[in-house]
Amino acid sequence: MLDIKNLHAKVSNQEILRGINLHVGAGEVHAIMGPNGSGKSTLAHVLAGRENYEVTSGEVIYQGKDLLAMSPEARAREGIFLAFQYPVEIPGVSTTYFLKAALNAVRKHRGLEELDAMEFLALMKEKTKLVEMDQVLINRPLNEGFSGGEKKRNEVLQMAVLDPTLALLDETDSGLDIDALRVVAGGVNALRRKDRAIIVITHYQRLLEYIVPDFIHVLYNGRVVKSGTKELALQLESKGYDWLKSETAAVQ
Amino acid sequence: MLATESKEQYLTAFNQSRSTRSASGPSWLEELREAGIASFEALGFPSHKNEAWKFTSVEPISSQSFVHANGAARSLDANEILSRSFVDAESCRLVFINGVYAPEFSRTQDLPAGVRVQSLAKMVRQNDDFLSAHLGRYARYQHEAFAALNTAFVEDGAVIVVPERCRLTQPVYLVFASVAGERQVMSHPRILILLGAASEAKIVESYIGLNSGTYFCNALTELMGGRDALIEHYRLQQEGDAGLHVGTLEAELERGCQLTAHGVTLSGSLVRNNVHVVLDGEGAACVLNGLYLGDKRQHIDNYTEIEHAKPRASSLELYKGILDGSSHGVFNGKIIVHKDAQKSDARQTNKNLLLSANAAVNTKPQLEIYADDVKCSHGSTIGQLDADALFYLRTRGLGLEEARSILSFAFASDVVARIKIDSLRQRLDDYLVARFRKP
Repeated sequence: MLDIKNLHAKVSNQEILRGINLHVGAGEVHAIMGPNGSGKSTLAHVLAGRENYEVTSGEVIYQGKDLLAMSPEARAREGIFLAFQYPVEIPGVSTTYFLKAALNAVRKHRGLEELDAMEFLALMKEKTKLVEMDQVLINRPLNEGFSGGEKKRNEVLQMAVLDPTLALLDETDSGLDIDALRVVAGGVNALRRKDRAIIVITHYQRLLEYIVPDFIHVLYNGRVVKSGTKELALQLESKGYDWLKSETAAVQ
Repeated sequence: MLATESKEQYLTAFNQSRSTRSASGPSWLEELREAGIASFEALGFPSHKNEAWKFTSVEPISSQSFVHANGAARSLDANEILSRSFVDAESCRLVFINGVYAPEFSRTQDLPAGVRVQSLAKMVRQNDDFLSAHLGRYARYQHEAFAALNTAFVEDGAVIVVPERCRLTQPVYLVFASVAGERQVMSHPRILILLGAASEAKIVESYIGLNSGTYFCNALTELMGGRDALIEHYRLQQEGDAGLHVGTLEAELERGCQLTAHGVTLSGSLVRNNVHVVLDGEGAACVLNGLYLGDKRQHIDNYTEIEHAKPRASSLELYKGILDGSSHGVFNGKIIVHKDAQKSDARQTNKNLLLSANAAVNTKPQLEIYADDVKCSHGSTIGQLDADALFYLRTRGLGLEEARSILSFAFASDVVARIKIDSLRQRLDDYLVARFRKP
């Protein structure tokens, strides 16, 4: 589904990604871990199409297409979804209002009929249950005054509504208490499907107890320095990232 | 044309029609007009040297000549006028075409006893005593050139009187439609609103241009709010692409009176809005709520002045501008707290969104505080659409244009939400959605 080959990218003229290689197949859940500043979030934003992140070399093939040539909205319509680490607050726009417009843009692209207000409301009712979110929140201005947990639930809600093929979760666990973490992870797990891939970016192993990945990759200094199965997370938990840093330094 | 020549034109026009005017009208009115023209002669058109006109050139007005339109233009469609001006078909309304009352488009049924909603020209003919007592009393025509000009040429307009303790629940609409013809027309509509103690009223002035020709509309509203009166006043402007508009609201509020004055400017070539509110009684309160949308080469200037003249009065002001194309916006917000106005509470906010690199805005707060126990704050911002918010919306599948339109709409939403007349707010909402969605 997704092939990242030798991806290099700069942010404000500083090279952050220094040759990422990653293959993600349909139905798989991958976790990307790594210390702060290793390039995890940059990778997520490059995949989502952030404009001021400059790709200097490499390629990303998504479902046989050149992903890097697409606009952010084209990627979304093709089924890529990024759950933000810091969801943006937009006063004056409710979740319901913008999400209906977004869903219909996506459905139009996919050759599906647009949903009318009633159909959309029914869908929202179903999906808000999934993330145990208060109906009142979705009619309030987007993320304005939301708690950390409410913002993350709203991200997973949007993901559930937009029905992506490839979901990128950028530090969705940050700032969550255990209850919120359980709900958010439950929402993500409900979306696991054999034709959908999920990439979970996290700093901590904790989330991976709830969302159990098929593969784990450790990012350090802009490269994948170690890949493995879920047991790798436990090693990282007990030894910390310093273990990898010294190991990587020895290899280089 | 030089400004002096232009000024002469108005003086000549005034003198030429003097004999016909004085033959037909009451003497007090002719005296008021004479005072108006004398003041205009002394003041002339304002220049950049005038602090209140620093960012706006009146040359488009002063360099052209305009004539008074003779009567209402025929073959106008009532439905078009009403829908363009955001007015419901069943509403209570007075409609004016080029400043002249058009009874065929107006409707004043079902008003509570004692409420008067009438054409000024008609009331002048009836020679009401109270008209002479109030007309010209609140306007600062001795100091403001356009108020002076309006006063000199006062002919028609609207008079609204709501008696004490009367609650006028349905909004009253005043529609001023300009139709430019072969000659460039001007109108000087005059509106007098008198609200008795503890009365309530919602009044909407809606200005529209029905074609793309050049015209000049110089409207002046005098509003007197009695003790504890509750007033919502709206000025909605949708002048034509070449329309020139100067609109002035002069409001005086007595003790405990609460005025919410909305100013919404959606089009017009040159638009200047003057709002002057005197909080002339203890505990009087005003909320000024403004939205201005610029595009193409439009110039929109909002000048507001709030005077806290008595203690414990409050003012809350929020003006927001969205400027696209090569448009130019101005916000000049003056707050004066007089010596005796202790415990005044004044808050002013102006926010501007620039949608294009060629759009510009000047924003200038001015506080003059002569009392020592007051709360005053002001803040202004000029910015562009938030890049993070744009990216966020695009990652959900919304196209760049749609994301921009949603964010522009969102920027205006708090001002729109303060509009309390449901049908008006809905029409404005629909208008904004369509306007921001344009390619």
